[in-house]
Amino acid sequence: MSAHHDHHEHGHGHGAHGDGHDHGSLKSYAIGFILSVILTAIPFWLVMGHVIKDSSTTAFVILGFAAVQIVVHMIYFLHMNSRSEGGWSLLALIFTIVLVVIVLTGSIWVMYHLNHNMMPSMGPAGSSSVQQMHDMP
Amino acid sequence: MSEMVLDPAKAGAHGAQDDMPFHVREHHPENGTLLGFWIYLMSDCLIFAVLFIAYAVLGRNFAGGPSGAELFDLPLVALNTGFLLLSSITYGFAMLASQRAKLGTTLVWLAVTGLFGLGFLSLEMFEFVHLIHEGAGPQRSAFLTSFFALVGTHGLHVTFGVIWLVTLMVQLNRHGLTEANTRRLMCLSMFWHFLDVIWIGVFTFVYLMGVLP
Repeated sequence: MSAHHDHHEHGHGHGAHGDGHDHGSLKSYAIGFILSVILTAIPFWLVMGHVIKDSSTTAFVILGFAAVQIVVHMIYFLHMNSRSEGGWSLLALIFTIVLVVIVLTGSIWVMYHLNHNMMPSMGPAGSSSVQQMHDMP
Repeated sequence: MSEMVLDPAKAGAHGAQDDMPFHVREHHPENGTLLGFWIYLMSDCLIFAVLFIAYAVLGRNFAGGPSGAELFDLPLVALNTGFLLLSSITYGFAMLASQRAKLGTTLVWLAVTGLFGLGFLSLEMFEFVHLIHEGAGPQRSAFLTSFFALVGTHGLHVTFGVIWLVTLMVQLNRHGLTEANTRRLMCLSMFWHFLDVIWIGVFTFVYLMGVLP
């Protein structure tokens, strides 16, 4: 019974399906939109205005902003919560994120080492000839 | 809708026996589509993940050709991002109007969303044509191949989203806000917002990080 009471409370008047699916309100869309605008504007300003001198610091900062904005979109636009579809959509999302993280970090890691081990300085030919090979289209 | 909200109370009044059938009946038919569509979106997410990885690995292999810093026009990308973000909020307004059972308002907001989508697509086409004319087509370098594959796939998704949107507007016009059409609206809503989420990754990872020295 307590579950039913929950649905009553959050489904204020608009299309409550009793499945914990939050369809959003004007307020949640407005909050999401304003947060997104801010979280979009700051990275563009950081890059276009050359605010931080160090490139890798800028890269980490804008990736952080992107991660936060993705979470904002998930909550305010896609209405993700632990209750929707009885928790199955969150589970599918977590599974996808785990897969993406494994494949992404694995690929970058492997390819970085591959490039590193084939550095021009390793061969007897020296850097110039390998550099030419790199420049070939 | 009010019936559904009232149902649990009725079930409670009748006793625990009525509670279970309500539970079963209420929880299956509507949810199947939305959960299934969500799982489709997650599989789509994996496609984009693979394209992002290809770009992460190949994005600096310029083959002596132009780099992202030379090619990307950030004000144009900012405008494009704005279009997609605005289309997300206007789609939200369409959803809110459909919940209040206002067909006309829903259609107007859907049309606005479609226009923003078309604006996004035309800017992207303009950018692609410009790049190809400059000799920076997908065959120029591994960087450009992975760039066109990733951004092009996203653009293709938006194109199909706009086609879906127009189809849905015709259906809404013909049949009104029926249960089936409401379900389709919700699926397209997820699809549309999902594309915006992917675009966050694109403008950050490809464009903004691409122009960093």
